[in-house]
Amino acid sequence: MTFGVVVFPGSNCDHDAFHAISRNLTWDGERCEAKFLWHAEESVGDADAVILPGGFSFGDYLRCGAIGKFSPVMRAVKRFADSGGLVIGICNGFQILVETGLLPGALVRNRGLRFVCKSVALRAGTQASPFTSEIEPGRTLQIPVAHGDGCYYADERTLDELEAEDRVAFRYVDNPNGSLRDIAGILNRQRNVLGMMPHPERATETLMGSTDGLAVFQSMAAAIACRTPLVR
Amino acid sequence: MSALAITPELIAQHQLTEGEYQKITEILGREPTLTELGIFSVMWSEHCSYKSSRLHLKKLPTRSSLVLQGPGENAGVIDIGGGYAIAFKIESHNHPSFIEPFQGAATGVGGILRDIFTMGARPVAVLNSLRFGPPDDPLAGARNRRILEGVVSGIAHYGNCFGVPTVGGECLFDACYNGNPLVNVFALGIFRKDEIFLAQAAGVGNPVIYVGAKTGRDGIHGASMASAEFTEEAKQKRPNVQVGDPFLEKLLLEACLEAMRTGAIVGIQDMGAAGLTCSTCEMGSRGGVGIEIDLRHVPQRESGMTPYEIMLSESQERMLLVAEKGREEEVFAVFRKWGLDAVTVGEVTGDGLLRVKDHGTVVAEIPNRELADEAPLYDRPHTEPLRVAPIDGPAFASQDLGADLAAILASPDVASKRWIWEQYDYQVRTNTVMGPGGDAAVIRIKETGGFVAMALDGNQRWCVLSPRQGAILNVAECCRNLSVVGALPVAATNNLNFGNPERPEIMAQLVEAIEGMGEACRFFETPITGGNVSLYNETLGQGIYPTPVLGIVGLMHTPPVTIDFKAAGRTILLLGGIGEADERSFGGTQYAKAVLDGLWGVPPALDMDFEKRLQAVAREAASSGLAESAHDVSDGGLAVALAECTFGPAGIGAEIDLDSDLRPELLLFHEGPSRVVISTARPESVEELASRHGIPVLRIGRTAPDRLTITQRGAVLVDREVMQLRESWANGLTRSTGLA
Repeated sequence: MTFGVVVFPGSNCDHDAFHAISRNLTWDGERCEAKFLWHAEESVGDADAVILPGGFSFGDYLRCGAIGKFSPVMRAVKRFADSGGLVIGICNGFQILVETGLLPGALVRNRGLRFVCKSVALRAGTQASPFTSEIEPGRTLQIPVAHGDGCYYADERTLDELEAEDRVAFRYVDNPNGSLRDIAGILNRQRNVLGMMPHPERATETLMGSTDGLAVFQSMAAAIACRTPLVR
Repeated sequence: MSALAITPELIAQHQLTEGEYQKITEILGREPTLTELGIFSVMWSEHCSYKSSRLHLKKLPTRSSLVLQGPGENAGVIDIGGGYAIAFKIESHNHPSFIEPFQGAATGVGGILRDIFTMGARPVAVLNSLRFGPPDDPLAGARNRRILEGVVSGIAHYGNCFGVPTVGGECLFDACYNGNPLVNVFALGIFRKDEIFLAQAAGVGNPVIYVGAKTGRDGIHGASMASAEFTEEAKQKRPNVQVGDPFLEKLLLEACLEAMRTGAIVGIQDMGAAGLTCSTCEMGSRGGVGIEIDLRHVPQRESGMTPYEIMLSESQERMLLVAEKGREEEVFAVFRKWGLDAVTVGEVTGDGLLRVKDHGTVVAEIPNRELADEAPLYDRPHTEPLRVAPIDGPAFASQDLGADLAAILASPDVASKRWIWEQYDYQVRTNTVMGPGGDAAVIRIKETGGFVAMALDGNQRWCVLSPRQGAILNVAECCRNLSVVGALPVAATNNLNFGNPERPEIMAQLVEAIEGMGEACRFFETPITGGNVSLYNETLGQGIYPTPVLGIVGLMHTPPVTIDFKAAGRTILLLGGIGEADERSFGGTQYAKAVLDGLWGVPPALDMDFEKRLQAVAREAASSGLAESAHDVSDGGLAVALAECTFGPAGIGAEIDLDSDLRPELLLFHEGPSRVVISTARPESVEELASRHGIPVLRIGRTAPDRLTITQRGAVLVDREVMQLRESWANGLTRSTGLA
């Protein structure tokens, strides 16, 4: 089982995602694999899932993710998602997904106007997704955030729609950035694309203070394992 | 060559003395051109040449069996075992941060990161040591807050975007920093020990390649600016501050490390202070060769730049490297992949000269060695260190020791710095085992399975009372911070922040601090592998307290022990005993500062041998798992240390009884060294361990729910709810600063 980790110029959580998958994630007694996908590539290759990692793609001097969406690999990621492949965008990856239009809404400056790095409590908004299926209802996950532009924003209709369609994947217990309706992560309509601001890859071993992030990747592994091979 | 006349005014503008100018003409055998004058002025500035401090820096220890690279390169390197090494150094960006806090601090981070990856090491941790004027100063408070906010967001901007975790540091406040904030940044990187790159040119005919950002007019004469006092005109120096681009630096990092793996790179140096000038002549001098460049090849982002401007620009995110002739294309291909400029600007020559051409015309021709290494050295006169505080303090008697404790916990020096460090990404790279807020910062090394601990310390109140004793105490405290988490201190880097060395009483502070530091680093076996000297920290004649900041790294094989009490009912031990104190050695404490608003006397005494044995006990208690929590007693004394132990997530308090003849204020708040508080379920084992090292241990109480109660032979001194004390401490900084 292979997770492709996209590397944009300016990605800086790419190695962390790689480490979390290849060292800390097992499925069916076997270690999962990770491989890097350079942003200029036109295909995601044989990846079973794609991770858009955190960082500052192209410096994020314009809107966060606004340049990253133009990288050739994003065309491949979109094709992959359209064909049902699992895509998770973490932090900057989430920002790129909304810029690309794969997810609705926007991520704007934190309400407090400052970058904030801390461990936050999250609740899964739904178990009905390939990213949250392994998270028991009512369980609180302790996962870090680290961002300056993580305030989720969308118009009322979109927010209502997200809730009506059960697409809020994660909510903050104690909102660190002013996100509307405490939204920390959302799904696309097909439920195979997730964007989230918190960093599950930073919470995959006890030495780092939490293993709660593993549940997200384990859910993905479970979904990949029980599905027929994708048509690419 | 240019025919512009070199006048005495021009020489003075370049901050060169008459004698220095004389020496320049002797080296050249003629009058310099304007470009050459500019080149000499930056290379012979205090910042680049260490001309006032170099004679004394030689007194510092620099070697041990672990040191692979001592002072003289971009960073020091030590062996951490398993085939790996770490490179680390601390550097200041004080002057730019006063003029333009955000960019000044940001480029300070950028500069030290380049020093690390220039050597081939990937930066994995950053710490910073900051000093500001008090945020609640009646006159300068608003400016101090603005500088604090700017510096912190500048560090966050650069480090977060670059992708290096800012894992710890220290931040203190004093009125002496009103016009001279200090921004010292420490960085550490990891690499294989057989893959160290040096900043040396070699191989006549090899190409000299410029990579990274284009050259602009920013930062011209930054090094000279950092070598002079500030006046009212400081604001006009704003164009001297560079602008940082952390994204470009991130690309430069990845490209340089990738290019190094091609095997085609002979030597590499970043362009920091004094830019192209410094990187060319230093690489040439170290390699004993000449370097010839033509400025027409230098990528420029502004038109009409003169040779003088190009050579002196301090534009950020640039590197100079020497590659093997014929293998240029391998190097260029890597930089192309990362979208960076890489061009051959010249070649290595055999004549030992730095020859700068502009479209073929020679505009400067100077022997590298004389330029880089033969700046005049000054044995500046030094008398007795400047003394600003009286020997004896006021009479005092506490009305309410619990209220005093709360006041100290809420004072900016002691209060939680969470407002600062939450703005830093302290976790990226997923190695941070102990982040900001601990006695030391600890990262794991994925490559070896081991851990590296880091701490910065520089108590300026001790140093102003006695630069020598203060420096010794700082070394001891820094080592103690590492030992309590379980690490063995192995090597150090230093940042010497002082005032104007041309004043004998300031020079004396520098000399005594260096000597004290050398003595202590020798004793604690932490050689100084590199560092930085920042002089002329004076504005309008008001100088800073002597502030020698130490950065020490330690190695360990077990995860660190944290400060907070973990469970109720554990025995609390005070390793090292209550210590000695009197009124005179109490004048540098946080009690004297926060409660009495005073500074007097002398720093506490230190028995270095006792301290070393105490640290061995603390380290073994931590690494063997005997200590469930450990915290060194420092700022604010025993009462503050105990309170800090209660601020963990479990909110566990303590019941303490102290058997001592000291008056209560001294007993609770004196800052004598060589003391560590631990909690343990196996006190006998710790006592046995301590007795093996000849260290006294006191059973001072037990952990308990919810309250911190301290009695002296049964008489209550402090009895407060943990929640209440915690609130004072947690919100102290934001309350006093009005920062939200």
